[in-house]
Amino acid sequence: MRWIREHLVLLLGLLVLIYMFVPIFVVVLMSFNDPVSRNVYRFDGFTLDNWTNFCGAQGMCDALWLSIRIGLLATVVATILGTLAAFALVRHDFAGRSASNLLIFLPMAAPEIVLGSSLLALFVSSGFAGQLGFWTIFIAHVMFCLSFVVVTVRARLAGMDDNLEQAAMDLYATPSQTFWRVTFPLVLPGIVGAALLSFSLSFDDFIITNLNAGSETTFPMYVWGAAQRGVPMQVNVVGTIMFLLSVAIVVAGEITSRRRRAALT
Amino acid sequence: MTSTAGVAPVAAADVRADTGRRRGRTGYLLLLPAFLTLLLFFVLPFYSLVATSLYDPSGSDIEGYSMTYHVANYWDALQEFWRPLLRSLWYGAIATVICLVLGYVLAYAMAFKAGRWKYLLLVLVIAPFFTSFLVRTLSWKLILADDGYVVDLLQFLHILGEDGRLLATPVAVVAGLVYNFLPFMILPLFASLDRIDHRLVEASSDLYASPFVGFFKVTWPLSLPGVVSGTLLTFIPAVGDYINQVLLGSPNQRMIGSVIQSQFVDANNYPSAASLSTMLMLLILAMVLVYIRRAGTEELL
Repeated sequence: MRWIREHLVLLLGLLVLIYMFVPIFVVVLMSFNDPVSRNVYRFDGFTLDNWTNFCGAQGMCDALWLSIRIGLLATVVATILGTLAAFALVRHDFAGRSASNLLIFLPMAAPEIVLGSSLLALFVSSGFAGQLGFWTIFIAHVMFCLSFVVVTVRARLAGMDDNLEQAAMDLYATPSQTFWRVTFPLVLPGIVGAALLSFSLSFDDFIITNLNAGSETTFPMYVWGAAQRGVPMQVNVVGTIMFLLSVAIVVAGEITSRRRRAALT
Repeated sequence: MTSTAGVAPVAAADVRADTGRRRGRTGYLLLLPAFLTLLLFFVLPFYSLVATSLYDPSGSDIEGYSMTYHVANYWDALQEFWRPLLRSLWYGAIATVICLVLGYVLAYAMAFKAGRWKYLLLVLVIAPFFTSFLVRTLSWKLILADDGYVVDLLQFLHILGEDGRLLATPVAVVAGLVYNFLPFMILPLFASLDRIDHRLVEASSDLYASPFVGFFKVTWPLSLPGVVSGTLLTFIPAVGDYINQVLLGSPNQRMIGSVIQSQFVDANNYPSAASLSTMLMLLILAMVLVYIRRAGTEELL
């Protein structure tokens, strides 16, 4: 009894965590499901077909490929622009700082439906209504990923001690040597984190994309459409792979940073 | 700059001693691309949205719209759709309160009770976030299904009637919102709870405060920045979301996001959709401004 009372908060916390993982468990389970019909969404039997016949779901792999291409392109652009801006905000002094901070903050505070409908209003009123497609999705994704990149990289930069850079310069490193050999490697984990966040935001976005996609279909739009007709089980395979991939990336990140720390001491 | 060694080849005049920030053009050049992107694709679109909301409602996207400063669009849209708008705010508020309770428990356990498992738990909180939002919401549909375990159990306990169901009810929609936006609550809460100095809580108990009093007089006030940013980060996306409503609810639970989407895409009624969208943004903006007054921008970022 006493043990329970002492650990009550921890136990309740673990219950919340379990609640967060129940749907993931269902996703993994359903990736091995052998459905009786497309209209019945329940576990009927075990099969590996969804994994082996991954692209068997009509149109899914095309949608997936589109999402990956847009995700990669938007991530590269948003990460570069956002990293530059983060350096400006942390390392440079200029007029209009707090206005810039607000401008970067607002896209994160706006509901997606507002961001999406504003962009659509712009595209329509500037005569691009007929050209909605790859590039309009790309623009939308760069726009909403940008703020998250700035915030992530800025947090890394702001928490960084500048002693190492001072030391490099004391040892006669040129400013560009200092930047590429000291500053950049130190900020890199922040940039990588921002890029991963940005890719997953882009890959997962539905509301903004759905308004600006024209006749293109991204993976979330495919799932949405399938939800009305009957969901192919391969969708759960994608969910499972995404989950495993993100866990693998986090673990790999942790191992490299431990190795680095071990190498330093 | 903390140590200003004499040999450092940085001209001292370029650096402001108090902040360590460099002055000059480079800062502007670095910021410029991001600034232009946001100006072109965030500020300008919002301007077009407001403009569209004032167009003559008798136009169409084929004939084109004319600008007539038709403010009555707002009134018409409100009259037709005040229910979904209010409902969205209501669902968003309930979901936020539940998230706050659940999130606080987990964040508190992580910050104070988890010891060396703290960061592992943090990873576990973030991990579900990287699995497709829609796929996870669909699996809720399975969990809450009419012949599923949850409904069976609730029927067995007589919480639900014989033919009672969860899907297509407000309960399912709010449960979906809570589930999907919980990480947005936990992360800021954890960040601010983790910063609290444990000695302050110990001091309160040394001064004969009960754990209950100690929590409400010490821990809770110190975690307020996390509470404020967590509630905003949960409430804002929850109000605008329609994925949970469409997948888990029914048209009876229609939320404002779904109205805006279908007014734009299905009904092609741009002025009405734009005026609803503008109202939603203004409501949210007002709340964010109140927040900034309270806590300052940098705190949330």
